[in-house]
Amino acid sequence: MGHTEARLREYLAANCLHIPSDEIPLDQPLLSTGLVDSFHLVDLAMFIETELGARIDDTELNPRTFDTLAQLTALVEQRQP
Amino acid sequence: MSLPARTLPQVMFDRYRTSPEQTAVVLRLNEGETALTVRQLVDGALGYAARLRQAGIAPGEVVIALLPPGAELLHAFLGAMFLGAIPSILPFLTEKLDPQRYRESLDSLISVTRPAALIAEPDLADVLRTQLAHASEVKAMLASDAPGVDLPPIDTATLEGLRAAPDSLALLQHSSGTTGLQKGVALSHRAILRQLAAYTLALGLTPSDIIVSWLPLYHDMGLIAGFLMPVLTGAKLVLLSPFEWARAPWTMLRAVSEHGGTLAWLPNFAYNFCATRIPDRELNGLDLSSWRAVINCSEPMVAESHRLFSSRLRPFGLSETALATCYAMAENVFAVTQGGIDRPVRLDRVDREMLVKQGRAVPAGGADRRTTEVVSAGEPLANCEVRVLSPDGTPLPQRQIGELVLRSDCMLTGYFNRPDATASALREGWYLTGDLGYLAEGEVFITGRKKDLMIVGGKNIYPQDIEYLINQVPGVHPGRVVVFGLFNESMGTEEPAAVVEVDPAVRLEANRLGLAIREAVATGSEVTLGPLKLVDERWLVKTSSGKIARGANREKLLAELGREA
Repeated sequence: MGHTEARLREYLAANCLHIPSDEIPLDQPLLSTGLVDSFHLVDLAMFIETELGARIDDTELNPRTFDTLAQLTALVEQRQP
Repeated sequence: MSLPARTLPQVMFDRYRTSPEQTAVVLRLNEGETALTVRQLVDGALGYAARLRQAGIAPGEVVIALLPPGAELLHAFLGAMFLGAIPSILPFLTEKLDPQRYRESLDSLISVTRPAALIAEPDLADVLRTQLAHASEVKAMLASDAPGVDLPPIDTATLEGLRAAPDSLALLQHSSGTTGLQKGVALSHRAILRQLAAYTLALGLTPSDIIVSWLPLYHDMGLIAGFLMPVLTGAKLVLLSPFEWARAPWTMLRAVSEHGGTLAWLPNFAYNFCATRIPDRELNGLDLSSWRAVINCSEPMVAESHRLFSSRLRPFGLSETALATCYAMAENVFAVTQGGIDRPVRLDRVDREMLVKQGRAVPAGGADRRTTEVVSAGEPLANCEVRVLSPDGTPLPQRQIGELVLRSDCMLTGYFNRPDATASALREGWYLTGDLGYLAEGEVFITGRKKDLMIVGGKNIYPQDIEYLINQVPGVHPGRVVVFGLFNESMGTEEPAAVVEVDPAVRLEANRLGLAIREAVATGSEVTLGPLKLVDERWLVKTSSGKIARGANREKLLAELGREA
């Protein structure tokens, strides 16, 4: 598991899903199921920007941009400097 | 301003005659803006009136709009009202919601409300036509994309809404719910116009006011403060989408800055959200000095939330006196009290222990852990009387906590088709609010609630509805679920918390079950579950008759979490 995925796991586990971080399935839909709601998303975007150095615009905070942990990790890694 | 007691369509048509080219609403949606003049607003509504009439909808029948925020929703709502039908707005089906649960909830509502028409976007209208169990009982399912272009323009002289009796029903305001608990608050033209007369006076509202709102129109705060009041009194409305606001809360602040917004209504959690979730780059250059009142309404008001909001936005021109408060409920059309308009919102510092243990609000000195700050909801509107009653129904003196009861000349006609619910909500002309609080020096202070209701981000949610959703999840011991609200300080609102007994026969892996429960709540309701505790058969507290005791289980969980009740 890469560093980015580990940080995202930790964040999602503690702030949205309230389960141990190693038990979030990579392919679990998060946005389309409402598990991560729109208010969580604003926080998540701030976390990604300040802690992981990648910017996700507010217009991209929807399941068409990413829905699972695997997709989010790929998106963040692609945008990291 | 004074509105003679007539009907809402008459008031709208007066405006149509005197100032047709005035901007009524600016729709700020999908990153663009569209202005609707009074003429465009009314003409669009007349299109819907013609379509509804052609579909056989008669005056006095209920028309439900299931539309996203936008011009179609405003037109459909007003069009039904022009026709003399009774419109009601309910949430549309979003991506997040489970379509089956959504249909169940609609079916349950239809069985009580018996609407003659549903109006939805084309895809949803198709689904409803074919998949609603009660579809055959609804006369018309209209799609919003097919304006009646080929219909002859309606003759306004034939519109029943313009000739209706002031005491006839103008609209229904529904509470949410999945288990048959939802009630449609039925309001007459007269009640709504009296509310607007009293509330505009309390606010000092004039046609030069500009209201900025992202509030959904299926709640009273959005429907009245964020739609009907501005549109009927001539104040300009800048309307945003709640969905866009949730992912970019600065959009509201930009709208205030660009349009010179003067008034907005927000639930308490929005103060925390704006204060802590907006990066500096989105605030740079904003001028919020036009904002004369930002009104905290619809959920418990927290002094700290005001301080956070104010200190974050003062550098951008927010006036120190802009913070205001309001206590409102659909049963009174909307506002019962208003505070913070002529003078700053009063904070009542009282002894915490006396408040909790003796139900008395005793003024206390210093700010320490023994005191608590209660935010004033302001004074009752000129047409509203508020009393505080003891459990046996006797009026209590000042600073004694009891149930708040309300009497006014703008109250509900009743819960639609629910005489049982109407009878139990009213006693000798007083509406029993279910809220707990006290009166002091003419102002109303809310301290809690008598009923189980949770208020999550301004939305009224019954724990029974969330329990119902969790009960359906495989691996949960059916009937062994308890849900209650817990206040989350950093969010500034309540979160639904659940204690769930695991079915020993299924023994799903705990975290999979946890995710399944969260998903069931998220897709079946308007809220996201907060704390969740999975327990075995020994944990839940039951009453002597074997029922699960909500309050006792809440206290037990709080004790485990190391928090005060």
